[in-house]
Amino acid sequence: MEKMPKWADVVLIPLISLVLASLLSALVILAIGENPWDALKLMVTGALGSTYGWGYTLYYATNFIFTGLAVAVAFHARMFNIGGEGQAMLGGLGVALVCLFIPWPHWSLALIGATLAAALFGAAWAAVPALLQATRGSHIVITTIMFNFIAAALLNYLLVNQLKPAGSMEPATASFPEPTHLPSFHDLFGTEALPLFRGAPVNITFFIAVAACIAVWALIWRTRLGYEMRAFGFSETGARYAGINPTRIIMVSMFISGALAGMMAINNVMGEAERLVLNAAEGAGFIGIAVALMGRSHPFGVFLAAILFGFLYQGGAELALWTSIPRELIVVIQALVIMFTGALDNMVRWPLERVFAALRRAPPGDTARQAAE
Amino acid sequence: MDLTTFLQILDATVRLATPLLLACLAGLFSERAGIFDIGLEGKMLVAAFVSAGVAFVSGSVWIGLLAGIAAALVLSLIHGLASITFRGNQLISGVAINFLAAGLTVVVAQSWFGQGGRTPQLEGAARFEPLTLPLAETLRDIPVIGPAYHDLMSGHTILVYVAFLLVPLSAWLLFATRFGLRLRAVGENPAALDTAGVSVRNMRYAAVLICGVLCGLAGAYLATALQAGFVKDMTAGRGYIALAALIFAKWRPWYALWACLLFGFLQALALRPDLIEATIGIKVQVQLLDALPYILTVIILAGFVGKAIPPRAGGEPYVKER
Repeated sequence: MEKMPKWADVVLIPLISLVLASLLSALVILAIGENPWDALKLMVTGALGSTYGWGYTLYYATNFIFTGLAVAVAFHARMFNIGGEGQAMLGGLGVALVCLFIPWPHWSLALIGATLAAALFGAAWAAVPALLQATRGSHIVITTIMFNFIAAALLNYLLVNQLKPAGSMEPATASFPEPTHLPSFHDLFGTEALPLFRGAPVNITFFIAVAACIAVWALIWRTRLGYEMRAFGFSETGARYAGINPTRIIMVSMFISGALAGMMAINNVMGEAERLVLNAAEGAGFIGIAVALMGRSHPFGVFLAAILFGFLYQGGAELALWTSIPRELIVVIQALVIMFTGALDNMVRWPLERVFAALRRAPPGDTARQAAE
Repeated sequence: MDLTTFLQILDATVRLATPLLLACLAGLFSERAGIFDIGLEGKMLVAAFVSAGVAFVSGSVWIGLLAGIAAALVLSLIHGLASITFRGNQLISGVAINFLAAGLTVVVAQSWFGQGGRTPQLEGAARFEPLTLPLAETLRDIPVIGPAYHDLMSGHTILVYVAFLLVPLSAWLLFATRFGLRLRAVGENPAALDTAGVSVRNMRYAAVLICGVLCGLAGAYLATALQAGFVKDMTAGRGYIALAALIFAKWRPWYALWACLLFGFLQALALRPDLIEATIGIKVQVQLLDALPYILTVIILAGFVGKAIPPRAGGEPYVKER
């Protein structure tokens, strides 16, 4: 028998975890001598009060959708891909190479090429840890962490020694040529009279992220491969017995996971910076962990959680601008969300299960009477 | 390369290996008891900040050290609560602890000192001073041994000697005492220990707390001995390198010493790229030296150079009732 109704598992627990994380964050803000309520109001107006604010919120959310989906896909096959950061860095490398060295006639073609390159580079970076896990039994968490550092060193080397334009001091590639510039929301929706989203980096990649959500949903719940991934995640021995090849599932799910993380680069590298800089992923790969946990590894949940984190990031930037609260407060909130929705899940779950069990034991009339009393 | 330069490099190796060694031993105790800990980095970072902050305010490095250890212990308890009491995912808890530390240290440092997420420079009694070992000056003129004793063995802060002494101590504790046997058993087969009437929960909490103390030492060393004060993200991935060293050492204390010295040596070399070029005539990229600990660990993990087998019950919460 189910211990709890499904809605409680999917909606109630993440909400309670979020409330706990917010309360603790409010305490931190209080402790450093600021007013949490004012801070929240500032975050809401800064992130959601204008199309400019929304433009940044959705830009960050686009990054987090990709990295959140990446972690979520791996979670379904019960693997923890901490390497999203490194895979996103490599995705950026793929985008940069494609944009710099292929003379694209139009941005739409460039977008297709860059998306493929980003996915391929990200997937390749995930493939090595996956292969080691599948064939040698090396723990994927440790290897993906190591690959994050190796990716950082590799990009550092390439940007400083190979890709930096001659005469430039900054470790970054040259700006991408004009035909590879993606249309922003301002180009798409803004008019002379109504300059919506002006100056905000949100761009057409957002729609690709939404499409990726739908694609992942279809993959996980509507295809044989998705079924095999879930079966493998549920019970490796069971899946093996049912004739599912573990090596194939590990490889394919990490390949998809890495490809999704890599695709983040079309948003931040191609859409926003229009060149590759050091540390371009800016920790978005790690935020994917919080987003996937918060969204319960469901693409729709990931979408909502990514918007929430986009709001936190833009709101946090506003806080840093107008108050003495540093931007790192967002990292604290992110940590608390990961802690409560991930590691301390049972702290919320066990008492709730007891509440629901008590409710079920008492006949409906009794509960109504108890409530009346 | 002459003797003096060589000794300089080895001296830097010892200095840089110390925080790795302390963190690596911390992880050793935790993982031997079956609790994966990727939060070493965060615990070190918090200890570094709190020790530097308290040392600055109190003027005493020893009070700072105690405060740093206490701060690391708090994070250890959170990790224990999540992974032992609430049977949560230990890896996720570790990730959360790392972020918590990265965020909180900067937020609090900014609020306390207002210097953009750093503590003021530590001076005098607020910092660990190098110790001169007995007779270091007298023996200095003896060829080879004299300079080696004076430049390499002598002249480190007390935490360096503590870290190196902790290696035999850990080996003795883990492999020659009843406590150590139980601690290793709880990481291999907790049910057996439970049957023998020993509390799995208590053993695991003990291991996690030892881990906290050692991370506290590592963090305090960074901020009050290696450098004079806390700066944002000063651990710079050392917690992960320690984790790599732990795998490299196959969860054994003496091997941990050699692994940390090797990784410390790589870090020392990365600071002097000119020396490598002068010695072997090839220009080695600094980035390659930075990445080498991680690459070596992946190779070890892949089982190409001896297999690293982690404690069998690692990462699994123990459920008594079945």
